[in-house]
Formats: sequence, structure tokens, C-alpha cells
Amino acid sequence: LTSVLLTRYGEIFLKGQNRGFFERRLVENIKRSVAGIPGARVERTHGRVLVWPPADDASGSKTLRAVARVFGLTSVSPAAVVPRELAAISVAAVESARREVARRGGRPTFKVETRRSDKRFQPASPEVSKQVGAAIVEALDLPVDVHHPQLEVGVEIGFEHAFVYAETAPGPGGLPVGVTGKVELLLSGGIDSPVAGWLMLKRGCELGATYFHSFPYTGDHSKEKVSQLARALAAWQLADVRLNVVHFTDVQKALREASGDGRLAVVLYRRMMMRIAERLARSSGARALVTGEALAQVASQTLENLAVIGDSVRIPILRPCLAHDKQETIAIARRIGTYETSIQPYDDCCSLFVPEHPETRAKLDDVRACESRLDVEALADACARSVETITCRG
Amino acid sequence: MTRALVYLDNGATTRVDRRVAEAAVQAMTEGFGNPSSAHRLGVEAARMLARAREQVARAVGGEPSEITFTSGGTEANTLGFYGAAKAARGRHVVTTAFEHPSVADAAKRLADEGFEVSLVAPGKDGVVLADDFAAQVRPDTAAVSILWVQNELGTVMPVAEIAERVKARAPRCHVHVDAVQAVGKLPVDVRAQPIDSLSLSAHKLHGPKGVGALWLKKGARVTPLQWGGGQERGLRPGTEGVPGIVALGLAIELAEAARPEAAPRMGRLRDQLWRAISDGLPEAKRHGDPARTAPHILSVGFPGVPAEPLLHALEGRGVCVSAGSACHAKDKKPSATLRAIGVPDDMGTLRFSFSRETTDEEIALAAQAVLEAVKELS
Repeated sequence: LTSVLLTRYGEIFLKGQNRGFFERRLVENIKRSVAGIPGARVERTHGRVLVWPPADDASGSKTLRAVARVFGLTSVSPAAVVPRELAAISVAAVESARREVARRGGRPTFKVETRRSDKRFQPASPEVSKQVGAAIVEALDLPVDVHHPQLEVGVEIGFEHAFVYAETAPGPGGLPVGVTGKVELLLSGGIDSPVAGWLMLKRGCELGATYFHSFPYTGDHSKEKVSQLARALAAWQLADVRLNVVHFTDVQKALREASGDGRLAVVLYRRMMMRIAERLARSSGARALVTGEALAQVASQTLENLAVIGDSVRIPILRPCLAHDKQETIAIARRIGTYETSIQPYDDCCSLFVPEHPETRAKLDDVRACESRLDVEALADACARSVETITCRG
Repeated sequence: MTRALVYLDNGATTRVDRRVAEAAVQAMTEGFGNPSSAHRLGVEAARMLARAREQVARAVGGEPSEITFTSGGTEANTLGFYGAAKAARGRHVVTTAFEHPSVADAAKRLADEGFEVSLVAPGKDGVVLADDFAAQVRPDTAAVSILWVQNELGTVMPVAEIAERVKARAPRCHVHVDAVQAVGKLPVDVRAQPIDSLSLSAHKLHGPKGVGALWLKKGARVTPLQWGGGQERGLRPGTEGVPGIVALGLAIELAEAARPEAAPRMGRLRDQLWRAISDGLPEAKRHGDPARTAPHILSVGFPGVPAEPLLHALEGRGVCVSAGSACHAKDKKPSATLRAIGVPDDMGTLRFSFSRETTDEEIALAAQAVLEAVKELS
């Protein structure tokens, strides 16, 4: 039985004049997602993008896992490909339903939903549903419920073939990567920032990433860990992530010094990180910075401190995890495959640099007074110039 | 980093000797048969296996039939200690408080399974006294495990004395020795004291990772940890990892051949490095009794200097060392071993460990780097 993946996309329809652009990008991204599966083929037909698995992935499960990473897709159904004849369609529908029932267990209620791309096909959709439904009732003795079925068996009549499916896997939703513009992610080794990056990918952004490295206070295992996170994001972006490694030790020491008792040190580091990231963003065409900050999660993430941090740059700072509880962020991190890497015990910042009692309500005047002891803009320029770049492939 | 690395982390692992690597390649690409196959390729593989067994047996003073190849030191320790405890009737085991995790965690596991576990604390000098150890042993003690050379400190335990005292109190007790850090550095003769098993690992001896061996005295009983086709007398079934085993055989033979010259030289280099560090940094402290330390390990504490940044600052100068022990250097907590001998938590400790490849010049470079790095971080 030949199978094909029927993909569906949602929000793109809402985008009016941009629809063509969004769809082209989506198809391009689906092609990229299966680039590592030799023989897989992507076909655009009437309102559907079909993905044909190669012969050695007859069930389509490997191809499905790859396609499930394409933002913009709302769901994917592996479907049987059959001749456009009611008898063949019914046989395939019974078989698909039988397998899905075996997988789920129990005796689910069902209905058959038919869609004709080729309206010349006869009989019309309701009649097809009725006849195929009757075949399923006869073979499997399942109860029909046309309003709230537990199992929906789909029939789609194309111009060359008919497609039959009983399984629908959710897609990641969102918008195709590349349609909304580029952002620069401040990527640490923690749990939050990769999730923040993923959420921006989901909204159609392209990602660059910047990591602040404080050798010898943090070792190269930390850098490798961050590269690994960037590779995980690249696998969702369906394109390499360029990781900027900023050598931050000397600047961090100078800021620690300038902070006096250290209470403002973290805010000073964050402001400097923003300045450096802003420069890197401008040079790569990114229009916003993205951080994993969550409101009040740690001392530097109070509303007061976020305001003081944001004051350091003109470029917008986006914080997609801002309103998340930690558990919500962790749940996403697990799902997207970054959690296990994030919890490796390699810190992105040495505890020597973090005061025991950081200020939770930094005042801009105090912060600026500390910074006035240094030429912060020149330091940021120098750091941005001496950045090391790592290409991270998913 | 373009400059040559000064590798002083040989306690973590060693560079594979090129001759050893070539022997492994030969076993993979030419003598690639399965030792259990009846045809001549199988016979050839079985012959290589037998030869490696002889090489390992000769190095430790045992019989070839007493050697079981394993995946490394951890498995050899698990089989020799945990496996012996499980095979015995008694429900009590004794070991030291600063064992390698393969023994320490086996003891925890035995405790979970209902064994009584006695841990013997070392002295501040990093050595366990035979009296203290023997005092924990009872007539029903099933097994004891002693590490010969402490992996973080380099201190040498009085293994012969401990083994004799244990057997005097409990003649049927299985005495296991973790010799992973001892083989190739100290003279090892399994018949020189009453022990029942001894573990060793190839990658501490310029051999590859993933292979080790357990010497198990004829007649001693251990419970296997896995089941299969009966290889290794059923103690460690599964198709033998011939390339690694061949490499281990050659590596241990080369290590033993080099030892009479290499061991005293490593000891001299160790003392040179310590003299240079202590001359430049009088506050530095050498851990472990210098008179009872293996030649290849030097453990130094630097008061008020955090260990991990110091390690990276040395790395930045091309010198590779360990903070504590590499197996668990990822934990930020001070190591249990250092705590056991009373090292304060704010004293960053580095382990410098040497091999037969270490040179005078490297020691001089390392000493210089240590002085600079400590200044940078103080």
C-alpha cells in the first residue's frame, strides 16, 4: 500500500496578500525538512502539500518525524494512496480504521469526512462518506457519531488518486521560519533561552545566537554545551544557526570592579550583553534581541531591573518566556529536545561573578554612575569586533 | 591554541601508544574473525585473545585462565566486588570511604539490597590504616574492596597488610583490589598477598578506552552481571572485543617493560613540579603522605583559589590537569575524597598526573603556568 503524508497549514490563510509568499516559504521549508531522507519528494497540489516518503520508509514514520518540525503546519496525516474508486477507497478506509483502533484500543465512535479536490468526481462527498462509513460499520462494528466522533476517517479525492487516512498527527503550528524577519537570541546554557529562541522560530523568525563566554571562569565544555543547544535550534530552523561567541571575561571583570560592592553587577553585565548583542544584530540584519528572561524568576528579572537593562539599547528586546512559569518552559524544553542539554552541569557564568545579594530594584542613575567609570560603548565595540563565530548545523 | 599541549592528566586517561593502536587496527581489519568461529579466521582471533590473556596474566603475576576481559575498570570493579558479595553467603561488606565511584556506588547498591556496609575512613595523610580496616571485618564479611592507589591523591594503601589482616579474621572473605591506578606504576603481583580479585584498565596504560580486565583467583566465585554465549568462562559473556583486548595485552606488556625506568622518572618529575610550585607559592599544600604516594600523581591545594577557573587558566596556558578527579569533575561540590582527608572547601585542588611520556621540559612549563595562573586568579 503506497502512503503519502497530507500536510495542513492554518494561519497562513489569514495573511491575505502575503499568502503566496508564505506558502512558497512553507513548501521550501518542508523540502528542507526532508533533505536528509533520500528519495522523499514534496508535491504541491490543490490546497495541499503532499510529502511522498521514499520506498525504504514505506510506513512514512521516519518522514513524518522530519516533517513534524516544520513550523506553519497544523497537522499531518499519513494516508493510503488508492485508485479513485469507491470499492478501493472503502477497503483502504476499513484497513486504516482497523489499524488506528488497534493503536488506540477500545471501540471509538467515528465518522467519515470526504473532501473532493476534483469536483467532477461522482458521487458527491456526502454520498462517498455514507458508503465508506457503511463499509466500516460492517467490517469493524464501530458506532457512528457525526457530531463528536472520537475517530475521524478522512477521504480526499484528488485528480489522480484518492487518499484515505485515520490518523492525524499535530504539527508544531506557528508560521514558516523566514517569513517574519531575523532576530538575535542571547543564548546561555540554561533552560529558558533555547525555549525563547524556539518560540521565535515558531513565529516565523530566523535566528542568530550570541553567547557570552568567560574563560577561564567557565570552561570550553560550557561553550560546547551552548553549541549543542544552537544545533538543536538549527534542527527546528531547518538551517544553520550562526553562533557568536563573545569573549566577555575582561569586560566582566571591569564591570565587577566598577560595581563596587557587586550588588549592581548582574544588571551591569546584562546591559553590556545587550549593547554587544545589539551591535551583532545590526551587522547581521536582525531587528530585535531575544532573551529567555521570565518575570521575577531571578533577581535580575524584576520589572525594575528589566527596565534598566532595556535602557541600554535602542533595539527592541523580546522576551517570549516572560510570563511563563518555570514548569511551562521546562515542558517546552523537553518537547523540543533542549532540556537534557541544558541541565548538563556546565555553567555559563562563574558564581564568582554573581554577588550573594544582588539588587532587585536597580536605579538607572546608580547604574549609570557605575558605568561612567568605564567607556562602555568602546568596550562593547571591542567585544563585538573580536567575536568568534561557530556555524551550528542541526 | 596552537602551542603544544602539556598533558598532565594521565590519571584521567593516557594517549594510546602508536604500537598499541596499530595492533588494534590490525585486529580490526585483518584478524577480524569471531573467536568462536570454527574457521581459520576464528582460530586466528582466538589465538590473539589467548596471547592477550597471557600478556595480562604475566603483568600481574596470575594465570591466563584467571583473567576475564571487561569493558574497563568500572566493570572489573563491579564484577570483582559487587559480584563477589552477591555470590557469597555473608551479608556484610567493607571498603574505604574514598573509593572510586565504581566501588563506592556498588557498595551503595549492596546496601540497597540489604547488605550491611562498613566504610573505613582514611587518615589526613590520605592512607587507610590496616588496623582500622581490619577492625571492621567480621567472620561473616562477604567481601572487601581496597583501592591500591587513590585516584585523586596518589596515596598507596598498605594492600598486603590489609589483605593479610582481613584473611586472618575472615578466611572466606573475598578480597578485591582496585588496581586501576597501580598497574604500570607499582610492582603488582597478585600472589604476593592473599587477595581474590584485582581490576585494571587499559586506558590508564596508553591503551584504548572501553577495555579492562579482572584477575580472579582460581576457585574464587563471583556472580556474573550479564548472560549470553558463555564467553570468558561465562563470567562476561558476549563476543569478545578482540581489538581492544589485543591492545590491552600489548599496552600492559609495554607498560611493564617501561616501568623499571619510567616509574622512578615519573616520581622525580612529580617531586620537581612540587618543588617548583612550593618555591613560588609557599602557601600551596601537597595532599597525601609524600613517602607513600605513587610516582605519577601529585595533588596540590591552593588556599582561596577556586579549582575550576584555575584549571581553565592553566588550560589557557596549554597545560591540561584535573580538578579533583576527572570522572566527576563536573560536580561542583568539593570531592568526597578531599573532604575525607580534611581539605577545606575553599582550597582549590588540582591533580597533576604524569606518564612515561612526560618530559622535564613539560614540568618546567607547567610549573611556570601554575605560578602565573594562581597570580591571575588571586
